Amino acid sequence: MFGKLTFDAIPLNEPVAMGGVAAMVFGGLAAASLITYFRLWGWLWKEWFTSVDHKKIGVMYVVLALVMLLRGFSDAIMMRTQQAMASTGGAGYLPPDHYDQVFTAHGVIMIFFMAMPFIIGLMNIVVPLQIGARDVAFPYLNNLSFWLTASGAVLINLSLALGEFARTGWLAYPPLSELQYSPGVGVDYYIWALQISGVGTLLAGVNFVTTILKMRTTGMGMMQMPVFTWTALCANMLIVAAFPILTVTLAMLALDRYLGMHFFTNEAGGNPMMYVNLIWAWGHPEVYILILPCFGIFSEVISTFSAKRLFGYKSMVYATVCITLLSFVVWLHHFFTMGSGANVNAFFGISTMIISIPTGVKIFNWLFTMYRGRVQFTTPVLWTIGFIITFTIGGMTGVLMAVPPADYVLHNSLFLIAHFHNAIIGGVVFGCMAGFTYWFPKALGFKLDERLGKVSFWCWFVGFYIAFMPLYVLGLMGMTRRLNHVDNPVWHVYLVVAMVGAFIIAIGIAAQIAQILLSIKNRVALADLTGDPWNGRTLEWAVSSPPPFYNFATEPVVTGRDAFWEMKEQGLLNEPLPAYRKIHMPKNTGTGVVVSAFITVLGFALIWHIWWLAIGGIATGILVAIIHSFNEDRDYYVPSDVVAQTEGKYFKQILARA
Amino acid sequence: MNIQARLLAEPSDAFISDDIDVHHDTGSMTLLGFWIYLMSDCVLFAALFAGFAVLRNNTAGGPDAHELFSLPYVAVETACLLVSSFTYGMAMLAVERGRQSAVLAWLGVTLLLGLGFMGMELNEFGNLIHDGAGPDRSGFLSAFFTLVGTHGLHVASGMVWMLVLIAHVLRSGLTDANKTRLACLSLFWHFLDIVWIGVFTVVYLMGVA
Repeated sequence: MFGKLTFDAIPLNEPVAMGGVAAMVFGGLAAASLITYFRLWGWLWKEWFTSVDHKKIGVMYVVLALVMLLRGFSDAIMMRTQQAMASTGGAGYLPPDHYDQVFTAHGVIMIFFMAMPFIIGLMNIVVPLQIGARDVAFPYLNNLSFWLTASGAVLINLSLALGEFARTGWLAYPPLSELQYSPGVGVDYYIWALQISGVGTLLAGVNFVTTILKMRTTGMGMMQMPVFTWTALCANMLIVAAFPILTVTLAMLALDRYLGMHFFTNEAGGNPMMYVNLIWAWGHPEVYILILPCFGIFSEVISTFSAKRLFGYKSMVYATVCITLLSFVVWLHHFFTMGSGANVNAFFGISTMIISIPTGVKIFNWLFTMYRGRVQFTTPVLWTIGFIITFTIGGMTGVLMAVPPADYVLHNSLFLIAHFHNAIIGGVVFGCMAGFTYWFPKALGFKLDERLGKVSFWCWFVGFYIAFMPLYVLGLMGMTRRLNHVDNPVWHVYLVVAMVGAFIIAIGIAAQIAQILLSIKNRVALADLTGDPWNGRTLEWAVSSPPPFYNFATEPVVTGRDAFWEMKEQGLLNEPLPAYRKIHMPKNTGTGVVVSAFITVLGFALIWHIWWLAIGGIATGILVAIIHSFNEDRDYYVPSDVVAQTEGKYFKQILARA
Repeated sequence: MNIQARLLAEPSDAFISDDIDVHHDTGSMTLLGFWIYLMSDCVLFAALFAGFAVLRNNTAGGPDAHELFSLPYVAVETACLLVSSFTYGMAMLAVERGRQSAVLAWLGVTLLLGLGFMGMELNEFGNLIHDGAGPDRSGFLSAFFTLVGTHGLHVASGMVWMLVLIAHVLRSGLTDANKTRLACLSLFWHFLDIVWIGVFTVVYLMGVA
């Protein structure tokens, strides 16, 4: 009746896991009771969960990312303390089988449920505004994408309380991830959480490519698009081209595990190396899916706060496109040691070095944008400068490992761990934080506290170097990744320093939480009444903060790059129109939530082999989607006087301020 | 938005308040979006083909393509699918002419041909499994069942979708929304045809040759 699910699935004998479960349950209960106390369920459902407004969906993505950041970061702290405690012969406090789940969950959560939702959330909030559109191309699909991502996050969190998570490392290489060596439900949680959220990501990719290609406002050609939109376009094209490979790879692994097939098994003609190739054919583009939009964020931030046009817009665009293409021909550098032969390794080594060239072009573009600009050292600029320095170092260690003979020495060592954290924290996390601070007033109507923002930046920045520079050294000393305990007093010192670094980052995260809470408290003083708090250059700053749900009362007409800046220069702003027209908008729908709920049931049932529930889940999910297709009541018109009122209020705000 | 440029750029009589502002052509947008989705599906099949190419000789002492496949049988199967693409094309021509009953009739014929294809495929699968050449026999057979099965799953979803669209047309006629839906399914159906030509060539012809 309930497949493999029994009461033994609850890990009562693992105090650390149960602590996590308790924290999750209490956190959840506290949030739920607060919502109930303030009677906010109806509001949440009507205004947020079922919303098809890209700005609200974006905010929900970012909230999901921040919550998962806390989960992923607690895994990180656990690993650093464990290694510091267990490097002089002791066993530490995490038994190997729990420790293995922790490092797997850390990687999976940070990439799939922190970085990805953060990036897609920022794209949701910003891209339609930057191109002068009222929404994305497929608003309902957008809502569904979010909820499918959330569904994956639910499954991965559930694994803490019921059963176990994978002990395989974040990419679940076979044969370790095959049934023979991982008979538990851990890998199944991994597979279905990623499959479901992966479908959500793919749909988001299709949505954004269509939006950017089709919905740009009058006069905005491709070469007039803001750089963030360009990078979003390239990242979403990568999503469309790369995520199906992940789907296939995980499906093959699932078929091996569920139907006894032999794609990646050791026996009966399976080929585990094919998995490694396939997963990285997705995995390397994935790295660029994350970093390209961050490059876009830094471009926007640096030109706004230097009050200058971005230096070398065209070279920036071409560099982005080059990286997009090249990202598909470097995947093998993740496993030079597989031994594909000197020629193959040389090809991928060289292509890896080549991809660093367009990235270098970008670094110089940002530097030259600041050159002779009036740079304001706001929090987003600090993140950007921190990124330029940190990412350059990470890039250099990457090129170092692109040399196959060097990689043979460094493969799977802590040098590699230090390298990719150098690139991902220095690039993606700093980028997300810069974007978060920069667009926060646009999304929610008030600025974030600057002082705590800077505290947070410095903690992250200093903490990062203290946490990861020792890992480079440890890697060169020969320490490999994913070690539960070692007995080496020489390494111990470095691991303790790294742990201190992780705790400094923890203070940075605490400062961010405090920053958000304090800013909410002071939201009136921090309010952005003009809609343009930073003297911005692109169209998202041309509307109020937060923007009206229809974004633009009339379609803006664009004549060049930095469209909003041009309008300000020409004094074409801040007067209400004599008359407004009614606006065609989509209606909210609960279908995305309901379908995703049934898909979550499907995932859960597949993990625990509850076949009747799996069939019921998928059948109901499809049925709900079909019934939704018969719903003709999908859109409505916003009357012109409502538009006039909304716009009038905004102009009063601006006038009161002036 | 409040850009006077808009005022300057348009003749003043454009500002009648009952006018609807900027109506995007949702039909063409949906079609483009669907094309992009199809391209992602294309990558999905590319990965499956790559997997098949890697594993095709890994028979692990079990039967190989030469022993298992009968070309005449697959030729009939292929014919079913190719003709169904033609009949779907006829349905789309009828959509253009606005002849609802012809649309429904051609969709019905397409559905029957699709059913024939699926029946033959499932029968082939059943026979293989019965003869001990199931997907768990060898890497080659895993790749074969997964590639062909994924295509079959697509055809089956296309048929469910076709039934839903028949219901849509019966309910509200050949509206713009329904025309867009039919055009999307048309793209999907022809796409599956093209993928099948790849399957027929790579799996069956090259396997038996």
